[in-house]
Amino acid sequence: MSMTLIERARIVATSIAAVALAGLLASAWLGTPETGQGLASLSAAALPDSGVSNPVTAVLLNFRAFDTLLEIAVLLVTLVAVWALGLRLPAAETLPPSTVFNSLLRLATPIVVVIAGYLLWIGAAAPGGAFQAGAVLAGVGVLLRLAGVLTLRRSVLRWLAVSGLLVFIAVGLAMLVHTGSLLNYPVASAGAWILLIETAATVSIAAILCALFVGAEPGES
Amino acid sequence: MSAEDFYALLGIGLFAMGLYRLVAHIEAVHRILSINVMGVGVFMVLIATAVGQPPDPVPHAMVLTGIVVAVSATAFALALTLATERAS
Repeated sequence: MSMTLIERARIVATSIAAVALAGLLASAWLGTPETGQGLASLSAAALPDSGVSNPVTAVLLNFRAFDTLLEIAVLLVTLVAVWALGLRLPAAETLPPSTVFNSLLRLATPIVVVIAGYLLWIGAAAPGGAFQAGAVLAGVGVLLRLAGVLTLRRSVLRWLAVSGLLVFIAVGLAMLVHTGSLLNYPVASAGAWILLIETAATVSIAAILCALFVGAEPGES
Repeated sequence: MSAEDFYALLGIGLFAMGLYRLVAHIEAVHRILSINVMGVGVFMVLIATAVGQPPDPVPHAMVLTGIVVAVSATAFALALTLATERAS
């Protein structure tokens, strides 16, 4: 390939800088001393009171629940921002009708919905939870959208997108009234509150991800 | 070199490669993908810090949150690229 001298010099300089940065970071990593366990022992000690048995779910939905609330808010803000760009749908946003695709969808949709439900339920004991289930559900939602089967009205989509965050905030405020601090579940019912939040969040996340895939705000028809 | 060190160095390597691609190339989609690769490198370093008996769940939760935020940022960046291309 023919490049000008400036382009070649730019590539060489950038490569040297990237390699130097990698070496600097590597020496920083290898030079840090082996300190303690971090927060592992604290999380393990508090795990029986958290309402779930999976330590990552306990951290996400109990110990650091406020961060997860803000994460769902980030998804919603992204949807608002993408809709604010005012993209218009192209003329043909669905695939041409295909027997293979439709038969695959008829087989796959119920299976994937069950998988998403399983991931949501098992999140209390094993890797899983709201975000994983929501992502899987969004996958099948995108396929349905491409087949032209799934088109939601703007009002329905708005309520679906907001419902996860609303439920999360409502539970947080209920805990504020009940125990005195935001999102501080009582030990006996912590598992139930976490499952409620995760269920609302799953549907909400799936709706937001599908709407982000489409990009254009749907009409009221 | 332990597995944890190897994982972290791989993550740092990915970060550097993504950074190179981000600076050296001009097309928007390539740059968005490069930022994603840099994010994956950072996640690998975070996971490497979580190694232990028992493994530390807090960096795992941070990576999960980070993946969602990265997906959101990528979605918005792609929509912005599309809007820019259509407007120009």
